[in-house]
Amino acid sequence: MERLIYLKDVVSLDLDAEKCVGCGMCLLVCPHEVFYKNNGSVGIQNRDACMECGACAKNCAAEAISVNSGVGCAAAVINAALGRQNASCCCIDDSQDSPSAQPGGSTCC
Amino acid sequence: MSLPSLEQPFVVGSIPSGAGNLPRVSDSMTWADRLGAYKARWGIGRMHYTVDPGLYALGEPDAEAPVLVTANYKMSFDLLRVAFSGRDAWILVLDTAGINVWCAAGKGTFGTEELARRVESSELAKVVTHRKLILPQLAGPGVEAHRVKKLTGFEVIYGPIRALDLPAFQDNGWKATPKMRLKAFPVRERLALIPMELVPALKGTAVVLFVLVLLSGLLGPGGFWKNILDHGLFTIPAILAALLTGTVLTPLLLPWLPGRAFSTKGLVIGLIGAAIIVISREGSLASWAGRLEGLAWFFLIPAITAYLAMNFTGSSTYTSLSGVRKEMRWAVPVEIGAGLAGLGLWVSSLFLA
Repeated sequence: MERLIYLKDVVSLDLDAEKCVGCGMCLLVCPHEVFYKNNGSVGIQNRDACMECGACAKNCAAEAISVNSGVGCAAAVINAALGRQNASCCCIDDSQDSPSAQPGGSTCC
Repeated sequence: MSLPSLEQPFVVGSIPSGAGNLPRVSDSMTWADRLGAYKARWGIGRMHYTVDPGLYALGEPDAEAPVLVTANYKMSFDLLRVAFSGRDAWILVLDTAGINVWCAAGKGTFGTEELARRVESSELAKVVTHRKLILPQLAGPGVEAHRVKKLTGFEVIYGPIRALDLPAFQDNGWKATPKMRLKAFPVRERLALIPMELVPALKGTAVVLFVLVLLSGLLGPGGFWKNILDHGLFTIPAILAALLTGTVLTPLLLPWLPGRAFSTKGLVIGLIGAAIIVISREGSLASWAGRLEGLAWFFLIPAITAYLAMNFTGSSTYTSLSGVRKEMRWAVPVEIGAGLAGLGLWVSSLFLA
């Protein structure tokens, strides 16, 4: 099946090549093959595929990656705008077999 | 410290370890497990779909056996023990408040601190001789591998996204293939998410229908009940069409609907839905009132569908927060505008009738 790609040129991901030590941890945690590694140096190959989950930045010991991480969920944005508590969002699953319904509000918890 | 309870339905005995008698779990799903998963998807009692946090044994693990870490959402836990059936492992269950791995990682409950705390409280270092933890890849947004190492002495190894790939991951020397690391969004997964979109939207749908039917009765040309019969009842298939295009067809047809923004996809399928609804109504365009009402549905249905489609971003596996914010900046005004315009046209058609 074709790759699903969301909006173009909007992602806040940034990689500081100066700080990067080329360990490749970001390649391991990224669920959308955003990074590539070539001869020990890491770069961004597929920026628009980034969903800003923040796993790469979190696992970068060299602190070379920055991204405004969050969950891309309209209901969470609406809840936050309305000042509702617990406005984070999650209904994404952790296995192909288990899109996991989660406790809480509409499509979000 | 307290060990996880042996009284949980999936526990099939206990196994002695360096940290006491640990519960041994079954590697197969019972009908009760399957029913529980089904109910959780439809939103029945899913608030308490949890297992005790702590250390469990799968198969006959020894001090060399791998340690697989998961969340205490029962569906996550069940998938893991079944995926790794026939093999031996320790399963370390974190307290994620009954939320699955990816969501909990995003919230930080499946995080560095909880992992370090659970490694400590379960006395894992007394149970295994190695110092490695296998984490689901999707725990990445919550866990800092390098800090876990500092805090606990255990090295974090990110396993595949899907528990299903764990046996192949082990056989491959604990290395994931590129495919195991890629989060897809196949039709089967989108299908399974439909109840989660449909059920919460039912309440709003009922409210909208009640208001429209009531308005038709009060504002129409004839008596209250005749108005409802002539004008009110048709709102039911029309609004249900919006509900179905937004919560069923949008997830199903997602890759094939035009546009990148979910609201665009919703507008397109909503317009098609409106066309079908209006055309299928016999004689609907014979009068000016009918034409006006038809036009109203061309605003109302796409407005609702686009809104519902926009909300599907939360269930999708590839939308960024920056992108959703950008989409919402134009989509929310369009949805509200179209909704109000549609409502205005529809009410006008009642006065004209």
